[in-house]
Amino acid sequence: MSTATALRESKADAAYPPDATDRRLIVATQEGLPRVSRPYHAVAEKLGISADEVMARLQRMLDGGMIRRIGAVPNHYALGYGANGMSVWDVPDARVRELGKKIGELDFVSHCYHRPRHLPDWPYNFFAMVHGRDRAEVEAKVAQIAALLGDADRGHTVLYSTRILKKSGLRLGG
Amino acid sequence: MMDAIDRDIINNLQGGFPLCERPYAEAAAGLGLTEDELIRRVESLLENGTLTRFGPMYHAERLGGALTLAAMKIPAEDFERVAKIVNGFPEVAHNYAREHQFNMWFVLATETPLRIGEVIGEIEKATGYTVYNMPKLEEFFVGLRFEA
Repeated sequence: MSTATALRESKADAAYPPDATDRRLIVATQEGLPRVSRPYHAVAEKLGISADEVMARLQRMLDGGMIRRIGAVPNHYALGYGANGMSVWDVPDARVRELGKKIGELDFVSHCYHRPRHLPDWPYNFFAMVHGRDRAEVEAKVAQIAALLGDADRGHTVLYSTRILKKSGLRLGG
Repeated sequence: MMDAIDRDIINNLQGGFPLCERPYAEAAAGLGLTEDELIRRVESLLENGTLTRFGPMYHAERLGGALTLAAMKIPAEDFERVAKIVNGFPEVAHNYAREHQFNMWFVLATETPLRIGEVIGEIEKATGYTVYNMPKLEEFFVGLRFEA
């Protein structure tokens, strides 16, 4: 097991159901932190709790993996990663886990998942998101994945995004 | 336009923003900036769309919620109408147009696993098209950090 996988699994064990205050904190921060000198104090004031409690709760959610990370979320189109290619693969079910770990280690693969097929329309059970500055870069990376998969690759294609229709991130109702 | 300082901010602040009284000041010190300058830069990167958000990225499933990826096959002449309906559901977090027979791909984020099936049924009813549910069975890696 890779260190990253082990870390994620131990984090999942540390996850706990958010209480009412956690939920208010999530609703207050899911759109982002205030851009002020003391952002946690600003959130605390809004919620009527102390800034120490805000920070302690965020730290606990970070430790429990309920928060993946805190920081900047870039728009990859704005950064010039215009070719967002979703590569989808038909691989033998029995080998998905072994192959997934291998492909997941590639530094140009962002998301990598085993998903269900919808036969006959959709034969693909393995998804690897590949980002590149243009399609040629994505194609070259997809060829690397194909080479790694070898004869486990029973067919693949790449779906390019042409437009973001909506992007709002997680929304928890307040 | 982005300059070297903006790039530095984007490349170094995609995680690890401190939990302390003055986190911008602390993060700014690591980048050789002042607190005011970092706040001003983050604000303008948000305003011009280089950043979509600045703050905690929550993990829906670990909060008791559910996520799935779903796809639809929509004829070109009906695409805009359907996109409008799909985007109108608050549970639709992202929606991308992709070049394929399966041309609309969206992520559903709901507060309960049960709600995923309900929303899919509601979208099918509202649009008249099948929604193909493709929940993740296993996740192998999520960790790309974009280089600006």
